[in-house]
Amino acid sequence: MTGVMKGRFRLARGAGFTLDVDFTAPASGVTGVFGPSGSGKTTLLRCMAGLERAPEALLEVAGEVWQDEARGRFLPTHRRAVGYVFQEAGLFAHLAVRRNLEYGLRRTAPAERRVRFEEAVEWLGLAPLLPRAPAALSGGERQRVAIARALLTSPRLLLMDEPLASLDAAAREDILPYLERLHASLRIPVLYVSHTAAEVLRLADHLLLLAAGRVRAAGPLLEVSTRLDLLPWGPEAELGAVVEARVVGHDDLYDLTYLDFAGGRLSLPRHAAAPGSRQRVRVLARDVSLALERPERTSVLNIFPARIVEIGEAGGNGESDRSASRQPLVKLDAGGATLLAQITRKSLATLELRPGLPVYAVIKGVALLMQG
Amino acid sequence: MSSADLEPLWLTLRLAAVTTPLLLAAGTPLAWWLSRTRNRLRFAIEAVVALPLVLPPTVLGFYLLVLLGPRGGLGAAWRALGLDSPVFSFSGLVIGSVLYSLPFVVQPLQGAFESVGRLPLEVAATLRAGPWDRFATVAVPLARRGFFTAGTIGFAHTLGEFGVVLMIGGNIPGRTRVLSIAIYNHVERLEYAQAHRLSLGMLLFSFLALWAVYALNVREPREGREASGPWGPRGPRGPVLPRRSRRSRLPNWPSAPPRTEPRMEPGSEAEPGSGPGSQPGPEPRPRP
Repeated sequence: MTGVMKGRFRLARGAGFTLDVDFTAPASGVTGVFGPSGSGKTTLLRCMAGLERAPEALLEVAGEVWQDEARGRFLPTHRRAVGYVFQEAGLFAHLAVRRNLEYGLRRTAPAERRVRFEEAVEWLGLAPLLPRAPAALSGGERQRVAIARALLTSPRLLLMDEPLASLDAAAREDILPYLERLHASLRIPVLYVSHTAAEVLRLADHLLLLAAGRVRAAGPLLEVSTRLDLLPWGPEAELGAVVEARVVGHDDLYDLTYLDFAGGRLSLPRHAAAPGSRQRVRVLARDVSLALERPERTSVLNIFPARIVEIGEAGGNGESDRSASRQPLVKLDAGGATLLAQITRKSLATLELRPGLPVYAVIKGVALLMQG
Repeated sequence: MSSADLEPLWLTLRLAAVTTPLLLAAGTPLAWWLSRTRNRLRFAIEAVVALPLVLPPTVLGFYLLVLLGPRGGLGAAWRALGLDSPVFSFSGLVIGSVLYSLPFVVQPLQGAFESVGRLPLEVAATLRAGPWDRFATVAVPLARRGFFTAGTIGFAHTLGEFGVVLMIGGNIPGRTRVLSIAIYNHVERLEYAQAHRLSLGMLLFSFLALWAVYALNVREPREGREASGPWGPRGPRGPVLPRRSRRSRLPNWPSAPPRTEPRMEPGSEAEPGSGPGSQPGPEPRPRP
């Protein structure tokens, strides 16, 4: 199935809330839907699934029109090839795990099935859980069952509404690797709602930022997530950039792991990541300082030539009044990769930094976002 | 037990056995609708369903008698169909019983459907289940305790009915004389031993039925019941369990409000021997 997913919804709710979005999502890959609570994330997903009917709507998925209110077309939820993972797993309490998984599979026409039962069970590590009752599962296990159950209907669009929100930190860490593996193997658009920036940065390829029922920005994650005018996206979204890198190898002598990214070779404290694997690396803005000349005789290993693209101010959009986030934020281009650096106003003045100036990005800390 | 007492016992069991499936058949769609709708009419419908809890059974019986009698609208239609008048017959007892026991079936079912919540049904819809499919494979199994409660209470309540049955059915041995009326007759004739036998039997049966309902309704911990749960905009309503019923929810079944049983004067139609020959006319019951 090819073709992008196109959606347009307009829905007025009491209390002054209006959802008014118009967006496209790529034919495969995860689109992180991010925004403060009340920005319409869940409503948007519910509209896409047909659980709510927006009076003005157009939705096209994989070349099929699911909803076109202008022509009075509305496919009810059960006739849309949609997979939906709710915040709560919503397992059927009266059915064992196996029967829960089979519920949707049985209702999917054999010709439409593209995910085999054994496949889904293996992807999400459910084999030992199959005979159990939902009540006997942990929160993370339930969500894994719910995800597999949704996948077994071979959806052409997967909607995930904060699937980790009701889990504790340990259960989250338990389930994220499964989601990452899915991310690699699914060939359908996935909309992933979250209000946790780290989750989105780890899983998404694209970003759809919502605010007050409207699209604030949409586009590739690495691009949108470093747009100075959008920062910060949320209260707990730490300022920084994500770069994609490939593991080159490990250094046994110094216990380091080397990764190549567009701007050069990163050195990290040794990590279990397999050589050759693609990883996402988070570089926080406060861990990046700038130098006009390459620093010599320094303990910092990660120093890359870069060019200043833009200078702005975090929190400049009025969402935060904390003085710390009022410091200048410099957007850098390091060989095609975007980095952010947070500096002081004083440094900005004394170094006479301006767009176009070549500098050196001195990176004091980097962290792998993905594991395994 | 004398054969005179076996007859009412058999009739009563037959009545309850016929009434209970009808109650469930009528109560299930009604309870489902009430549990899902946001229609304003629902409050009126809920009130009508609950009326038998507060009305004296004689009032309900009286109107049924008027309505179902040959001159009543329904009675005439009934006869036009070539059926025997339901008044003073088994079919009349069934009609009266269904109406009278309706709240005892609708309310536990409604509570059970409401406690199923929105989430499992929406999940089922995203798993390609159509509306009937969702109802049959998700709502009904998850509300099964409500069905058990409704069936048991409906059956037990029909067994113990008195006022409506007396008004619409009379006191015809073998046709409309049910247990409660037989007990009354025994007391009227000072046959306390027989009255005891029947009364104790009903007492024990009712106790066992209620005991079973309470014992089997102990709710298992269910997945997906967090405080921010998926209930509709109205929030969680009275659950299946009578003892957990919210105080604010009236009527708080099955502890029905005290109701006035008709106190019959001696010599009235409760008097034994009032056979078909002495059957009162279709007009409101004549007083001697």
